[in-house]
Amino acid sequence: MNDITILRTTPRSLIFVLFGFWILNFGLANAAELHQLPSATDIWRVLSLQDHNTRIVFIGTALFGAVGGMVGTFLLLRKRSLMSDTISHATLPGIGIAFIIGELFFGFGKSLPLLMFGAAVTGLAGMGMVVAIRTCSKIKDDAALAIVLSVFFGLGIALITVVQQMPSGNAAGLEGFIYGKAASMTVSDGWLIFGAALAAGLVCFFLYKEFTVLCFDSSFAASQGWPVLLLDVALLALITIVTVIGLQAVGLLLVVAMMIIPPAAARFWTERLDMTLLISMGFGFVSGLLGVFASALFPRLPAGAIIVLVSALLFFLSMVLGGARGMWFRYYEHRELSRRVRRQHLLRSIYEWLEVHGKRTDLLDDEFTLNDIRQFRAWTPGELETSLQRALQRDFLGEDHPGRYHLTGKGARDALRVVRNHRLWELFLIKYADIAPGKVDRDADAVEHILEPDILQELEALLEDEDTRKRIPLSPHRLNGALNGGTT
Amino acid sequence: MEWTALDGWIVATGTLLAMACALPGTFLILNRQSMLGDGISHAVLPGIAIAFLLTGSRDWTFMLAGAVVAGVLTGVISNAIEKYGKVESGAALGVTFCSLFALGLVLIRIAADQVEIHADCVLYGTLETAVIDGVINSGVPQVAWQAIALLLANALLVLLFYKELKIASFDPDLAESQGIPAGRIKFGITMMTAITTVMAFEAVGSILIIALLIVPASTAILLSHRLPVILVLACGIGMLTAFVGHWLAMAPFPWLMRELSGLESLSSASSTGMMAAACGLIFILVLITQRVLQRQMPSGQPSTSS
Repeated sequence: MNDITILRTTPRSLIFVLFGFWILNFGLANAAELHQLPSATDIWRVLSLQDHNTRIVFIGTALFGAVGGMVGTFLLLRKRSLMSDTISHATLPGIGIAFIIGELFFGFGKSLPLLMFGAAVTGLAGMGMVVAIRTCSKIKDDAALAIVLSVFFGLGIALITVVQQMPSGNAAGLEGFIYGKAASMTVSDGWLIFGAALAAGLVCFFLYKEFTVLCFDSSFAASQGWPVLLLDVALLALITIVTVIGLQAVGLLLVVAMMIIPPAAARFWTERLDMTLLISMGFGFVSGLLGVFASALFPRLPAGAIIVLVSALLFFLSMVLGGARGMWFRYYEHRELSRRVRRQHLLRSIYEWLEVHGKRTDLLDDEFTLNDIRQFRAWTPGELETSLQRALQRDFLGEDHPGRYHLTGKGARDALRVVRNHRLWELFLIKYADIAPGKVDRDADAVEHILEPDILQELEALLEDEDTRKRIPLSPHRLNGALNGGTT
Repeated sequence: MEWTALDGWIVATGTLLAMACALPGTFLILNRQSMLGDGISHAVLPGIAIAFLLTGSRDWTFMLAGAVVAGVLTGVISNAIEKYGKVESGAALGVTFCSLFALGLVLIRIAADQVEIHADCVLYGTLETAVIDGVINSGVPQVAWQAIALLLANALLVLLFYKELKIASFDPDLAESQGIPAGRIKFGITMMTAITTVMAFEAVGSILIIALLIVPASTAILLSHRLPVILVLACGIGMLTAFVGHWLAMAPFPWLMRELSGLESLSSASSTGMMAAACGLIFILVLITQRVLQRQMPSGQPSTSS
């Protein structure tokens, strides 16, 4: 059933995708219009990484993109993607508190390690709150996420408004964390990101097997004695670290995007975990690079947003074109399958008509017309005609005289095979499943296309004594439209 | 700090908005779509920006229309990604609203060349300034009228479709068998959330909207099993949070900050931010009280935790 709904509705979903593209184009076209296009020398200067600062921003952001894609993959498979959204919002009060503490005790609040530490602390506290609410009350997962997200962020905003009133509270520095300020990355920031990324990568490397089991079957993992809760906490701690290093590059409102979009895009290309990880890291890396590149050329555009838009573009492309689960791929597969099913129905109807009305000399000589076949099945309007035309094109049928068709050798072979599958299954149902002969036709209809050779062998063995030794057993029930014919 | 008429208006508007948000919020939670409010409130940004860019005016109606379209699209697009892309629902929502929000940030930056607008007012809201402007100009601030209209509309919708909303939220299959289109009701809740978010965010900002939508209703759900009681309680708790939040922002919170930092210049914190924090405070208090009471009389009512 599901296959058929997908077939029917795919064009509509394509419209949505196209709409997404249109929106993206709209944004980019406007951007190009309003901000003068950069000259070739500008492009070369940025591309060749001549500025020392650009180099750091490039490396830092791309590195963050790759690590985000890596931990995001595990989070996606654990079905906790939105957890990262809550954690990232929960970092804001930590930033505010760290700034105030820094101002009071050290005289300066805008030290990146201190702010990052504060962000990590409240991020982890927010995560703990979600787990606590979920386990201690009847509040469900999604509501717990929304509660912690909004409350922590509200508290953060209140703290930021207080910080803005402090004499040294140059809040512009803190706002950089909300919207991201990749261009202001310094060498020490770069090293910080590099160190954190390296640590996250190492943890993922050493816990690869553990995370895999956790993501694919957590209850199995629990039953085998794995410390599931501890692993979950480790995963979320990793998410917090990546969130914190992404704050400066893309800002806390969009850092979550880099942990959701690249992994979701990568899933369209492969079914394997290791490949998903690699592709997702690649997507994150490329998004970071292209985003920084674009924002270096158009300095007024927010870099974080551009990075996310690049990854969104990658996502939409993957969703449509992806080689393993993409929409086009699945649409094509379903179409092929339904065509084969319809062709096999046609061939079986033809065979059964010939069985009843044909001269029974040679399958290939008997001719039939469209109307002869029509009465054998309930065809939807036009279905019979299109199936027939397609079968003609692909040499399953021949047409010597206009309107009069006959089976070709290839068609006859296929027809014999399908009819044999169909009737073996019918006989099996009658004999072993105790289903009335009048009712087996429909069941066999669905199964005849997918009977594997080994199942066929089993069926043959089971039905040894029946008339299965013949190449084609007789139909166990009256055939449609065969009222005058002489079947069993 | 003295309590003035302005504070009265701020609390009154906050109260009305909190009540208006609690109604759709309850049904969002029951439908397990809480994060949809988060998604919509982020994703209205490009709708507003596009409305600006297309019309070139700051007309309130265009802004509303653009934002509602964007809000509804968030639900539709994330459903489409989930269904046709076979992506898990949370991730599908995340992909959608992150992309739309990023697009919105870019468009706002572009629109800023033409119209005076900043992403901040979308995020934080400007309840205080909106109220002050309104009181100075006409006596009753426009945001208060907006809040009243929103509350009446939401209350009317809930009353009219009470039975449908109830059945569709608790048992979609039963609803379908009774001839109630559960899917369309769900879409209606999305619409209601989108419109509420958009109407309210000018005043309180997109983040407080999530707090007002979800937290009072969650607190009410902790306290009762019956839908009418939950709805009334949610509205009541919403009122309380508006008052407590503003009071906290005015007096105790800045005092705490002054005491800690020794800086006399700190006067007040963002009311909207503190309202969100107050929502959380009340939720936590109720949760803890309930746990303590449950532990004291274990033989009483059956445990509600699961």
